[in-house]
Amino acid sequence: MKVARVGIYAFLFSAALCFLLPLYVMLVTSVKSMDEIRQGSLFALPLALTFEPWRQAWSAVCTGAACEGVRAGFWNSVAIAIPSTIIPILLGAVNGYALSFWKPRGANVLFAVLLAGAFIPLQVMIYPLVRLLAAGGIFGSLPGIVLVHTIFGMPLLTLLFRNYYAGVPHELFQAARIDGGGFWRIFLQVMLPMSTPILVVAAIMQLTGVWNDYILGLVFAGREHLPMTVQLNNVINTTTGTRLYNVNMAATILTALVPLALYFLSGRWFVRGIAAGAVKG
Amino acid sequence: MARPRRPARLTPFAALLPMALTAIVAYIGCALWTLRVSFTSSRTFASSQYVGLAQYERLFDNERWVLSLHNLALYGVLFIAACLVIGCLLAIFIDQNVTGEGVLRTIFLYPYAMSFVATGLVWQWMLTPGQGFPFDWIVDQDMVIYTVVIATVWQAAGLVMAMVLAGLRGVDPDLWKAARLDGIPAWRVYVSIVLPLLAPTLATVTLLLSTTVVKLFDAVVAMTQGGPGTASEVPAKFIMDHLFLRSNIGLASAGAMVMLAPVLAMLVPYAYARSRRVNR
Repeated sequence: MKVARVGIYAFLFSAALCFLLPLYVMLVTSVKSMDEIRQGSLFALPLALTFEPWRQAWSAVCTGAACEGVRAGFWNSVAIAIPSTIIPILLGAVNGYALSFWKPRGANVLFAVLLAGAFIPLQVMIYPLVRLLAAGGIFGSLPGIVLVHTIFGMPLLTLLFRNYYAGVPHELFQAARIDGGGFWRIFLQVMLPMSTPILVVAAIMQLTGVWNDYILGLVFAGREHLPMTVQLNNVINTTTGTRLYNVNMAATILTALVPLALYFLSGRWFVRGIAAGAVKG
Repeated sequence: MARPRRPARLTPFAALLPMALTAIVAYIGCALWTLRVSFTSSRTFASSQYVGLAQYERLFDNERWVLSLHNLALYGVLFIAACLVIGCLLAIFIDQNVTGEGVLRTIFLYPYAMSFVATGLVWQWMLTPGQGFPFDWIVDQDMVIYTVVIATVWQAAGLVMAMVLAGLRGVDPDLWKAARLDGIPAWRVYVSIVLPLLAPTLATVTLLLSTTVVKLFDAVVAMTQGGPGTASEVPAKFIMDHLFLRSNIGLASAGAMVMLAPVLAMLVPYAYARSRRVNR
């Protein structure tokens, strides 16, 4: 029995080490000098700590034409992520509320189409969308990328809210109706105030998804608003000359920092979001 | 109750208008548009000169496309199998009443919070020849696709762990008591009873993983840019390149429609199985 326990812990411990290895390598590489990286081992702890790579990654490294670090990408990502989180969540909440309580004719068919759309490869829709947004004059602009995130975030968010409101007693809705509440009043005064848990879950999921997005930002954001993931990839894969691995890793950590912080601070909610999205996904 | 009834009935429809536009215009409309373009000779701009299935013929004569399909099939099988095996093992081991469960779960799931771009870049650096590991798969044409498997399994295995663990917690404790009374070893109970019980969870997980397989793009772009040469080319990247770099919209659209086929092939039986279960 005891041998088995040791075996269990040995397995879990070595697995944990494997999973932590990339994080460890990123961190130690980002605080070494290039000389030390060339001479030492990938896994060695730094002999002399330096935070110069972090400064360079944030404010000096070249991301394509400009050499101002990934901070421009960071602020672009912030500018994209805030509206791309708030607007789709509000729409998802309204959708879920209407689907659960008002059940207009044909809405469930639409919802099925919407869910199926979540599985369609982006490549099927990307070029027509480019043309549509270009025709509307918002291709390559902030409103354009927010609209695209709204379109592709809608299935999961609608599903989250629909399932959440399905668990709300229908009597509550009936009572509000009898009291003369209309569509919007019941939504704003009854449903939304009791939706805090699902709002938090939805915000975590959508914010993580938008922040980690690469392909939509690459295509739709336009040169002025390239998100951090796209700029990070430019820093590492399209710049010529000597590769500054320490700066690269610092830039990678900076880019991963927001979703990682969100995850470590909200672990339980993060898992709930995955489960809620997957259960009926 | 003297309120007018008409607005109350119209408002829900109006409120669902964005959803309707998304589903009908953005999803169905765009997919049909791409289908139409795939039958034309469009290059830089969409043209209406129909060429039948010529783009599909050209597509499957294209070595790069055929290679990308091979890569995706190999990648998909290995990625899904490895995620399922590792995720289930982790979940089962965590389920043995271990101390530090919360910490372990956090460690196994954190990569899932990272973008595929960041994932690809970290592994590109770790696997750079002459650095940490004594092999140079990432610059080896025959092995490079396995490095993409390793990186993305690291990213996604925690998802399987989290969902299977949730499923294990839902298993009736009486089942375990009965098995213990009968003297059945724990591993047999897992293999013969518990995992079959979790079949719906595993099916959902597999479907989720399959969709990330079809969408595989960011990780390859960040990690190998499809190289060395075209050795780690994948369909999504082939399509993007032909849309935006090589101005061959017709060919790219045909490729996109080919990618849609396996998705529908997975989705339709799954939806059918679900609707049967719900109706029963």
